[in-house]
Amino acid sequence: MKKIIISGFGGQGVLSLGKFISYSAIEQNLNTSWLPSYGPEMRGGTANCSVIYSDEEIAAPVIDRPDILIVFNEPSLDKFEASVKEGGIIISNSDIVHKKPTRKDVTHYEIPVDTLASAINKRGANVYMLGVLLPVFGDITEESAVQAVEHVFEAKPKVIPSNIECLKAGIAYMKNLMK
Amino acid sequence: MKIIADKPKMLTETPTHYCPGCTHGIVHRLIAEVLEELGKTEGAIGIAPVGCAVYAYRYFNCDMIEAAHGRAPAISSAVRRVVNPDNIIFCYQGDGDCASIGMAETVHAAMRGENITVIFINNGIYGMTGGQMAPTTMPGVKATTCIYGRDPKVYGNPVHLSEMLATLTGPAYIERVACYDVPHVKKAKAALKKAFTVQMEKKGLSFIEVLASCPTNFHMTPIEAMEFVKTQAEPFYPLGVFKDITKEEN
Amino acid sequence: MKKLWKGNEAIAEAAVAAGCRYFFGYPITPQNEIPEYLSWRLFEVGGAFIQAESELSAINMVYGAASAGARAMTSSSSPGISLKQEGISYIAAAELPCVIVNMMRSGPGLGGIQASQGDYFQATKGGGHGDYHCIVYAPSTVQEFVDIIYNAFDVADEYRNPVMIIGDGMLGQMMEPAEIPPMKDTSKMFEKYHKDEWATCGHSDGKPRIINSLRIEPDENEEFTLRLYKKYEEIAKKETKVEEYRMDDAEIVFVAYGSVARICKAAIVELREQGIKAGLIRPITLYPYPTATIEKAAKSDKVKKFVTVEMSMGQMVEDVRLAVNGKKPVEFYGRCGGNVMMPADLVKYIKEGK
Repeated sequence: MKKIIISGFGGQGVLSLGKFISYSAIEQNLNTSWLPSYGPEMRGGTANCSVIYSDEEIAAPVIDRPDILIVFNEPSLDKFEASVKEGGIIISNSDIVHKKPTRKDVTHYEIPVDTLASAINKRGANVYMLGVLLPVFGDITEESAVQAVEHVFEAKPKVIPSNIECLKAGIAYMKNLMK
Repeated sequence: MKIIADKPKMLTETPTHYCPGCTHGIVHRLIAEVLEELGKTEGAIGIAPVGCAVYAYRYFNCDMIEAAHGRAPAISSAVRRVVNPDNIIFCYQGDGDCASIGMAETVHAAMRGENITVIFINNGIYGMTGGQMAPTTMPGVKATTCIYGRDPKVYGNPVHLSEMLATLTGPAYIERVACYDVPHVKKAKAALKKAFTVQMEKKGLSFIEVLASCPTNFHMTPIEAMEFVKTQAEPFYPLGVFKDITKEEN
Repeated sequence: MKKLWKGNEAIAEAAVAAGCRYFFGYPITPQNEIPEYLSWRLFEVGGAFIQAESELSAINMVYGAASAGARAMTSSSSPGISLKQEGISYIAAAELPCVIVNMMRSGPGLGGIQASQGDYFQATKGGGHGDYHCIVYAPSTVQEFVDIIYNAFDVADEYRNPVMIIGDGMLGQMMEPAEIPPMKDTSKMFEKYHKDEWATCGHSDGKPRIINSLRIEPDENEEFTLRLYKKYEEIAKKETKVEEYRMDDAEIVFVAYGSVARICKAAIVELREQGIKAGLIRPITLYPYPTATIEKAAKSDKVKKFVTVEMSMGQMVEDVRLAVNGKKPVEFYGRCGGNVMMPADLVKYIKEGK
């Protein structure tokens, strides 16, 4: 069972990154839940989602101790850092998040995901981040993630190739970083 | 011997509970006659209000739904979508029902242009509850909640509902009629016939406002009550056609 | 096949599969995906949708469509459900079948838009005026919501009684894998349940049908109400639903419904890992209430105490206390205002009593 919290500004693709993970998990017949924050702010406000996938039945869809925290802005780091499980992982979008976690018992990765993605697709940062996550997860295949991307962009087939390119670049980047 | 006038079959055998001199009975009969003349009694569905006409479901010889206060146009909007489009649907409402508590339902059914007929009985007073001020009580007229007469500065102004609805795009036909003498009863019948014809032609919402008497709550004899409608109500609520898209089409 | 569904959209599609063809509603967070989905979907299957001018209108449109014999529903969230109460009382009194979904948010007043269970009293104890009850279901997963609404229209038709399904913002907004059952054959539904009996669909057989809730004579109204309560007795016998989770050897019994029951399950797993024998009684129907199941647990020598957990200041706990009837202690743990308790909060409460 993996418990993931993704947080950032509305409009950064935070909620859809969570959906990509759930769609990838369901491709592998895993159980999954995606629970968004929701509120009056459509853009610019804060948004987060809790994603769980597991081969067992998922009881609570809420997460008090995430295994992995992905932050796209600094307020999100402030809000969720303390909750991360001992030995857990924090990934920050270092194009925006310059602060570092104070916790010493977690692994921290800084990924300039906006910069990295924009060379391929200016709106592809969250799919790039999905790619980054796959080597961290270790149990979601590239094939599943590709299917998830294809599914989410079903209505906009034109954007699929550049997003898949982002996904693959993200995987490669993270594999290299984790060596 | 030859029968030249009979009770319409569209009315049940149940005696009405209306007070002597009340206009409800006349309008019930006119609706029944018109539906019979148009051959549309079969499959007709009526929606009864809350108010003096609450028992209307006992008097019309067709499927009837008793509505919550003011909600008849909402109910009929849904019924319209379920039943055969050729079935006549009519809402029978008083002034409190149609113009006060149910104002939103009335206006929005009109805005949507629902293919239904609303019959609005305007007697300018709450009858069943005992003579309180209605949304159509005229300035100066006494009621149990404005015992010195309706002062618009204190109690607000009455509403001219037909004129107001005529500003909307949705309604197809709007007319105000009265029933205080035979010529006007005949005109009222013609208006109802027009309204149901508009519905049969699926042109949209038809709305007939009937200026009605309430001898009991105005403490008048039946004749005085009819005179009141003629001399007081009619000048304030002028009779006539306020909207007719069939005319515009010609 | 299981697909990833957003709760609200799964509910909407499951209603269509169940034969619902008419929806009337008014926008309110967090249930908006239900009317949004049905606003196009119902026209595909020959039904209709109206975005009503208010919740009052919406529930009365349900009254109208149900009067004419159709499968109709509405959905809303707490403040909107308050507005619908007048209509729900009339629907119960006119014995009309329909389904009402409440995706609860926090109150009172305008309150907030986050998940809450503050409408338990309203849903189960009447809500509107007079002696009546809705049949109330409280699913805890998206799949269970789908399965319950799929069945709810049949239950409503069978008893000619409104069915209310209460979820919360969490269930409505979350995505989970769910399978929508096959489309029910609607061609005979109308005939089966209503046509020749009572529906005011425009009969021409000279026998007017009347839908009415006015019973002005006390004797008439009493006779009717007694009959209504006979019906509720039958419903209690046949329709009460409850899940018992790890109750075999449970010493501490959580009682919770809806999404809170899931949080309890996660807490139970943790507690058992730490050697504490906890279990859960999860009412699936809130009316009729599974009193007998709780009574049975209260009589068990193993059970030491009950802990009712709710996203409210304690509403269902009253029914738990009535069922336990003093045999064992009944404690309450609640969060309100739109805050959700975490499994760790419950573990801490059981271990430390706070």
